Amino acid sequence: MTETTQQQYETVIGLEVHLQLSTKTKIFCGCAIVFGKAPNTQTCPVCLGLPGTLPVLNKQVLDYSIKVAIALNFSVNSFIKFDRKNYYYPDLPKGYQISQFDHPIASDGHIMIPIGENNFKRINITRAHMEEDAGKLIHDNASNASLVDYNRTGTPLLEIVSEPELRSAQEAYDYLQTLKLTLQYCNVSDCDMEKGSLRCDANVSIRPVGETELGTKTELKNLNSFKAVKASIEYEVKRQKSVLEAGEKIIQETRLWDENKLISQSMRSKEEAHDYKYFPEPDLVPFTIEASVIDEIAKTIVEGPQEKRERLVKDYAISDYDARILIQDPELSRFFEECTKTYKDTKKICNWINGQVLTELNSRKTKIANISLKPENLTQLMDQLDSGVINNLAAKDVLGLMIDSGQSADTIIKEKGLAQVSDDGTLDKIVDELIQEHQTIVTQIKEGKESAIGFLVGQAMRKTQGKANPKKIGDIIKRRLLHA
Amino acid sequence: MFTEKDVKYIASLSRIHLNEEQTAQFSKDLEKILSYVKKLEQLDVSDVKPTSHVLPLKNVYRNDEIKPSLTQEQALKFSVEQHNGSFKVPKVIE
Repeated sequence: MTETTQQQYETVIGLEVHLQLSTKTKIFCGCAIVFGKAPNTQTCPVCLGLPGTLPVLNKQVLDYSIKVAIALNFSVNSFIKFDRKNYYYPDLPKGYQISQFDHPIASDGHIMIPIGENNFKRINITRAHMEEDAGKLIHDNASNASLVDYNRTGTPLLEIVSEPELRSAQEAYDYLQTLKLTLQYCNVSDCDMEKGSLRCDANVSIRPVGETELGTKTELKNLNSFKAVKASIEYEVKRQKSVLEAGEKIIQETRLWDENKLISQSMRSKEEAHDYKYFPEPDLVPFTIEASVIDEIAKTIVEGPQEKRERLVKDYAISDYDARILIQDPELSRFFEECTKTYKDTKKICNWINGQVLTELNSRKTKIANISLKPENLTQLMDQLDSGVINNLAAKDVLGLMIDSGQSADTIIKEKGLAQVSDDGTLDKIVDELIQEHQTIVTQIKEGKESAIGFLVGQAMRKTQGKANPKKIGDIIKRRLLHA
Repeated sequence: MFTEKDVKYIASLSRIHLNEEQTAQFSKDLEKILSYVKKLEQLDVSDVKPTSHVLPLKNVYRNDEIKPSLTQEQALKFSVEQHNGSFKVPKVIE
């Protein structure tokens, strides 16, 4: 018999990421960029492509692009120009998109993605180029029409194209995570996939293991989350295997991911090969970028996520694990560092931020940047906890109330009467009552069963709605029953 | 040779409808133009840098400052059809 071992395939993935740069105005005109405005209220003759208008490059778009290029280890090209990418689609009022073809802003970048606990894999990034976004189309079945809103037209994008060096859906996911984190630290975009300020298309192909030629690829679109990127690639690899195993050929096509059905479908309307007939944009002059400009922008990059992680461990004596959590959100690590300026127990404040604060944020599905909690609010709460004004239990409540109301810890403690009862006279009276009410337990404690003290402390907390100072109660019980 | 197939392809990219007669005419005309351009290929341009722009200008920017936009009414003024503040066009996707 001949071998019947199944053909093994290798997956080859390249990702195209579109990053929306958070400038105040569009890339080639002074229209404001604000999300969610009434349709066609942020357009002008330039971004509508009316005859006789001239686009002029927004300097901030160039500076932001250079900043990203430096952070992603690209070489910034000294000569760049813009080109027209021609195609007809109603979301593009001019009949072409202004993009960059043969002289993009940046070439040959790379990032290191984590592989397992302590290893990294280098993923090369082919290029990054500036371009303008298209408008938004809404398809209306009832009237058999499409409705076009050009507010988004001309929003600056930086397209970041990776080499086809990703070998699994997981690697693609890790690449995106690392890329997004690095981009967040550049402070040039809010990097929000749900809002579309970070978008990702995946080029996927498979080939027999050992083969060096690339297989026919398909392009996956409509990936609105990291999860969708991973799931769609996994689906596509399976689909391509089954096509090849059936003895058929992969067709080069664009496929749309359906997040509800968890399948992708061929976009038949775009089947004909694209032929964009790129040519130089005559309305925009070319640009030269001096090394001194790049140096100046490089100075504005304070530190990347990995450098920050190492510094946090070193400067604040927190664990690497905690530092990894803090760097996931640059605002969160900034919050932590602010807190340590006035609160000296760095480990304790870190535990509170990574523990209680994150729990509260997650339950509200929000981020530290979107709530009114200030570092001084948290450090004040810590001070109140340390000085025994409130106990741990109350502190957790106060935190939640601070996040919801924006009030200070002191105000909430006063208004809600959360200060713990530490007054000896009051606590003595409570212990008197407890001794009366729990004779059996008292006997057990006197006979040496010290663990029963905890029960009495719990009862004291119940009597006082959690306000008794548990440490003091414990001390009084011990004094009264053990050392009497 | 510039074939009728080439003409039809370019016409489809440009969303232009040509009848048989026009297709034949354009393929003849474009063939003439291209053969003229071919003459230029005889020139030795190995020392000449490709020119993307003819004006000796570079690095023209604007600052990131907001300018007033058109009103919705102004933006839609020249549209053939509109609906709820949007341009209305024939449906483009299945």
